Amino acid sequence: MSFEDWYRQDRLPHIYCAGCGNGTIINCTLAAVDSMGWKKEETVFVSGIGCSSRAPGYILTDSLHTTHGRALAFATGVKMAKPDLHVVVFTGDGDLAAIGGNHFIHACRRNIDMTVVCMNNQIYGMTGGQGSPTTPLKCLSSTTPYGCAEPPFDLCELATAAGANYVARWTSYHVKELEKAVKAGLETPGFSFIEALVQCPTAFGRRNKFRQVMDHVEFLKTHSLLRAKRDRLLEQGQPLPEDMFVVGELTKRNRPAMGVKR
Amino acid sequence: MTRTEFWQGNTACAEGALAVGCNFFGGYPITPSTEVAEHMAVKLPKKGGVFIQMEDEIASMASIIGASWTGARAMTATSGPGFSLMMENIGFAAMTETPCVVVNVQRGGPSTGQPTMSAQGDMMQARFGSHGDYAIIALCPATVQEMYELTVKAFNLADQYRVPVFLMADETVGHMREKILIPDTVERIGRKPFVDGTPPFRATDPDLIPGFPTFGTGRHVHVTGLTHDERGYPCATNPKLHMALVKRLVDKIENARDAMADYDVVNLDAEQVFVAYGGPVRTVMQVMHDRKDKNVGFLRLRTVWPFPEKALAKFRNAKRFLVPEMNFGQIAREIQRHVKVPVHCIPKLGGELHTPDELVAALEGNA
Repeated sequence: MSFEDWYRQDRLPHIYCAGCGNGTIINCTLAAVDSMGWKKEETVFVSGIGCSSRAPGYILTDSLHTTHGRALAFATGVKMAKPDLHVVVFTGDGDLAAIGGNHFIHACRRNIDMTVVCMNNQIYGMTGGQGSPTTPLKCLSSTTPYGCAEPPFDLCELATAAGANYVARWTSYHVKELEKAVKAGLETPGFSFIEALVQCPTAFGRRNKFRQVMDHVEFLKTHSLLRAKRDRLLEQGQPLPEDMFVVGELTKRNRPAMGVKR
Repeated sequence: MTRTEFWQGNTACAEGALAVGCNFFGGYPITPSTEVAEHMAVKLPKKGGVFIQMEDEIASMASIIGASWTGARAMTATSGPGFSLMMENIGFAAMTETPCVVVNVQRGGPSTGQPTMSAQGDMMQARFGSHGDYAIIALCPATVQEMYELTVKAFNLADQYRVPVFLMADETVGHMREKILIPDTVERIGRKPFVDGTPPFRATDPDLIPGFPTFGTGRHVHVTGLTHDERGYPCATNPKLHMALVKRLVDKIENARDAMADYDVVNLDAEQVFVAYGGPVRTVMQVMHDRKDKNVGFLRLRTVWPFPEKALAKFRNAKRFLVPEMNFGQIAREIQRHVKVPVHCIPKLGGELHTPDELVAALEGNA
C-alpha cells in the first residue's frame, strides 16, 4: 500500500485552492500512517472546522468532521470508548488555538493517546483571511488591516507546557522530516502534536508579500531554525535570530498517558 | 422479582442508565445534577465502562458523541448553564443522527440563576435550542421511580431513533429521596443494524432511520455536521438535498409521536383539566386526591417532545386546560396550539413547587 490507497477516490476533486499546502501535509500524514501498517478499519480521522478539517472527508476510513474547535473533545470520546482504534486528528491554527484552545491544553494534560497534526497557515482560510492566534505581528489579514497587533501563540511550547508526550514542528517544505515526525508521533503512546506550517496563497500570501506560492515555501525553508542549531546557539550564549522559528523534534518523553491500547 | 430502595432521583437516574447498558459517561460538575456524575464515577469503572470528567460541557457533549460512534451507550448530565453550552453539539448529534442521552436537572435561570432551586425553564430550549430545524425527544420524570424508568427509556429511544434524547428532570425530582422498586432486568432496544453495501445515510425503511455503521467495523463512514448526501459526503449547496435531509431528520421523530407518546389520563369526562409534567405533577396529584371531583381531569405527561397532542383530544368535554409549570408557560403555549378552549397558564418561578392551594385557587377561578 501507499499513501494514495488511503484516499476516497470518489470524493475528488478536493476543495483546496491552487498552491495550498494542506495536500502536502495530508500526503505526509497518510504516508506515515501507511508505514505503520495500520488497517483502515482500525483507524479513525477526526477534525473540527476549517480548511485543514476537510481532510478526513477525503480519507477512506471512519472519519468524524465535527464542530469548530471541538475535534479533540470528540476524539477523546472515540479513543476512551474504544482504545483499540488509532485516532489521528487534523486541525488548524484557528480551530485548535482559538476556539479549541481549552480542549487543546486539556488533551495535552490528559496525554490521551492520539496524534494531532495542525496545519498552521497563520490565518483563517475558509472564511476568507481573518487574523488567527498564530498570525505573526504586523502581518495583514482582513481583520488586521493595519497589521496584526497581537503577539502570536507558539503552539509547540503550549503543547509541551501542557503535557504532550511528543511535540515537533516542520513545514510544508520539509516533507521527509514531516513524515518522520508524524510517524514518531504515531508510535508514541500518549498525546503527539505535530505542527506543520503551510503556505496559504489565497488568504495569507497575497496580503503578505508572497505573490508566488514558492515565495512562501522558500520563506518557510529559509526561516526554519533547526532545533540542534538553536540548542547550539543557546549553549554558546548567542542570541536566537528573531525572524526564525524552530523546527525539529521539540519534546519526546514518557509521561503517564490515557486511552493507550491495552 | 424486584427489590426496594430508598434513593435520590439523581441516583435512580444513574442506576437506570447502568441497568440499560450505559458504558460511557462524559460530564462536568454542575448543581443540581452532579450526583449523577458522581454515581457514574463510582460505578462505571467497576462495570468496565468509561467515566471521564471533561473540561467543560461543550467537551462533555462532544465526548459522548465520539463514544457513541464506537457503539457505546453514552450519556452526560447537566443543568441550565451547561445545557446552554451543549447546544451546538446537540445540533451536531441531531444532524449526524448520533444516539445519546442528555440529562438536564433543571434549575432556575436565566444565567447562573438559582443553582439549588427547581425550575422547568429549559423546556423550549430542549426542543429548539440549537440552530436550524431538527427534532429531538424529551422525557419528564415526576418521581424517583420515573427517574429510573425514563432514563432506561431514553437510552432505548436514542438508539432506536438515532437521536439525542433529553431527560428533562428538575431539581425537585433530582434531589428528592423516595421509595423505588428496582426490576431485575430492563428492556433493551438496540440500534438498527447496518446493511453492508448500502450508503450509510440512506433510509429505505418507512421509519426513515438508517442502520448504524459503527466505527471500527470496516464501514469507512464519513460523519459530518455539514449537509451531506446518503454517502455522508458534504453537499452543502444543494437546496433540494438539504430540504430532504432536514425533513427526514424531523419526520423520523415527528411521525413517531404517537408511538412514543407516554402519558396518563384521569377523569376523561372532566370539564376542567390539569396538564402537568415533572415536579408539578406531584402538586396536581395532591389536589386530585383531596378533591375527588370527577369534573377535574388530569393529563400527566412523560413524553413532552414530540408533544403528544392527541392526548388533549381525549378530554372531549374540556372547557379549560390548566397548566402549572415552573416557567412562564412554555408548554402551556404548545398546548394552546392544539386546542380551541382556553389554556390557563399557572406559572411558578422562584424554585418551589406550586402549593395545592394555588392550584385550587386557579381551578376555582380565583387566580
